[in-house]
Amino acid sequence: MKIFPVLLIAIPLGAAFLVPICFKIWRRLAEIITGLAVAAVLALSVYLALFLPAGQPLVYLFGNWPIPIGIMFVVDKLSAFMLVVVAILVFLSYVYATKYMDHFTGPGKFYTLYLLMLVGMLGVVMTGDLFNMFVFMEIAAIASYALVAFGTEPEELEAGFKYMVMGEIASLMILLAIAFIYAGTGTLNLADLSQAFAVMDKTPGFYFVLVLLVFGFSLKAALAPFISWLPDAHPAAPAPVSALLSGVLVKVLGIYALARVIFNVYGFSRASDPLVLNVFVILGLASIVIGGLLALRQKDYKRLLADSTLSQVGYIVLALGIGNEFALIGALAHILSHALGKGLLFLTAGAVEYRVGERDLTKFSGGLGKQMPWTSLSYNLGALSVAGMPPFLGFFSKLFIILGAVQAGMIIPAVVAGLFAVVTLGYLLKITNKVFWGKEGVKGIKEAPFVMVLAMVCLVALLLGGGVFFFWLKPNLLQPAADVLLQGVKYAEIVFRIGAGG
Amino acid sequence: MSGMTPIVKVVARIVGGFVFLFGCYVILYGHLSPGGGFAGGAVLAAGFMLLRLAFGTTAKQEKSTSISSSVFESTGGLMFLLIAILGLFVGGYFFANLFPSFGTPGLLVSAGSIPLANIAIAIKVGAAVISVFVLLASTKYIFKE
Repeated sequence: MKIFPVLLIAIPLGAAFLVPICFKIWRRLAEIITGLAVAAVLALSVYLALFLPAGQPLVYLFGNWPIPIGIMFVVDKLSAFMLVVVAILVFLSYVYATKYMDHFTGPGKFYTLYLLMLVGMLGVVMTGDLFNMFVFMEIAAIASYALVAFGTEPEELEAGFKYMVMGEIASLMILLAIAFIYAGTGTLNLADLSQAFAVMDKTPGFYFVLVLLVFGFSLKAALAPFISWLPDAHPAAPAPVSALLSGVLVKVLGIYALARVIFNVYGFSRASDPLVLNVFVILGLASIVIGGLLALRQKDYKRLLADSTLSQVGYIVLALGIGNEFALIGALAHILSHALGKGLLFLTAGAVEYRVGERDLTKFSGGLGKQMPWTSLSYNLGALSVAGMPPFLGFFSKLFIILGAVQAGMIIPAVVAGLFAVVTLGYLLKITNKVFWGKEGVKGIKEAPFVMVLAMVCLVALLLGGGVFFFWLKPNLLQPAADVLLQGVKYAEIVFRIGAGG
Repeated sequence: MSGMTPIVKVVARIVGGFVFLFGCYVILYGHLSPGGGFAGGAVLAAGFMLLRLAFGTTAKQEKSTSISSSVFESTGGLMFLLIAILGLFVGGYFFANLFPSFGTPGLLVSAGSIPLANIAIAIKVGAAVISVFVLLASTKYIFKE
């Protein structure tokens, strides 16, 4: 198991470089190589998540350099959980893309970028070094800029450019913060940094760096004041990529990085620094409200889903800000349920676009439910999960977030979170009403191709299974991952102990 | 295209070789002096661009350059990954040094697997810069077709 973190990077990276060469030999070979790499990543991450002992993270030292000198990977239960979320969605999106990408040119380039984005996300989740995290973040982000503009229509190029400008501003802020941190402490290793911060004077500069980091990560996660790019960028990409961008990319680059730095490096907790965590409560609430209201007025299938992403990411950040055990379990459950649910909804949007060629809700006359029964069923069940209806996974994630808010005595956030779950259902049912229900409008539309339906049905099954087997999911996946965040700066101790032991 | 004036062609013919030589120097001495694979690869690509701009090009040439540069780019990436993975078999760790006690520190033959990694990076970066250049330069051919 010790070698797994390396394999998780080396396999998709090697495949990414092989694809452009193999594509010239035989078109399908590129697809097969991508499929094998993605399946290997899925198998390795599921194995890690199930069999990694809690409190015993894997520490892999590159080139066997001792801890503060070399680069290292640290895979604890939180990383393993995020790996599974990323791997499941990447695998199912790949299955979907094998058919969907047929009407795009240059699939060789698509699979290369797809794998590079995967490498970036896996690296961010596993790394134990702040600068290394930044590098992987850039790999994922730059691949995603190109993927957003992959259709090369004017609208897509504009969205890609806007996304690139905003993303690079965020990266610049993070890089600036990294430069200050290195000047101040002389180290960038997360565990080492955590111990250096503990003994540091809390000067204004210390908080300035914190603000830079929070600003950068919030921009990557599209939190409330920095939302302008997301509703442009996510709908412009091809559907399987939209599913990945909304489903996992914002969570890995924004929320995972934020949570890791805030809880494990700075060691903030609700008990010691309520002020810092209240900032996240406010950012989260603002995102929930603004994203929800934007989605209510939206008239484009995919843009509506992107606006909904803003709102749902707000839930996760709200829960991180509340910061007690229930809320953190809720936050992680919501990362999983929203990744699967919103991924599913974007895939249904792609299926409708594949068959009908239309995204504007005002141009639909309804009735697709009879012609595309599986897509319609997947959409409706996925919408119920994202809105938080039992027995789906989305119900439990929102329930735990609201329980956490009530337990912390924050009544207003709890009420807003509950209210906007209803608003979520409202705007998602708008699509059901306009697109899927009602009398048959346009004649001669067939169900989406088999592999696309297969990917969607698998996601529905996972959402339903996650809800029904939540009693298994919570102690085995969510609780250990939440414990990593709750342990705070003890993270450094554990990493140093295991790193020294070999 | 026929390229630029004879004056430019003569100068480029003389300077071109030196630019390539300097690029190779920066790559091979990357572990001893400032520079390395990235900078050296960019210098090599600059030498290529100098000759391309001075002597001109045709659509057919642009197309073959674009294909070969994308192949070279992937090869460079794979070579770097291969060096990292070989470390796994030789030293037991990803990115472990391949030749821990080979050569004299401070001389050209030293620093274990770092010069090899520099060469791989140079191929990757040089090919990537060239493919960006070719893409920009050949836009007018693409739109003509």
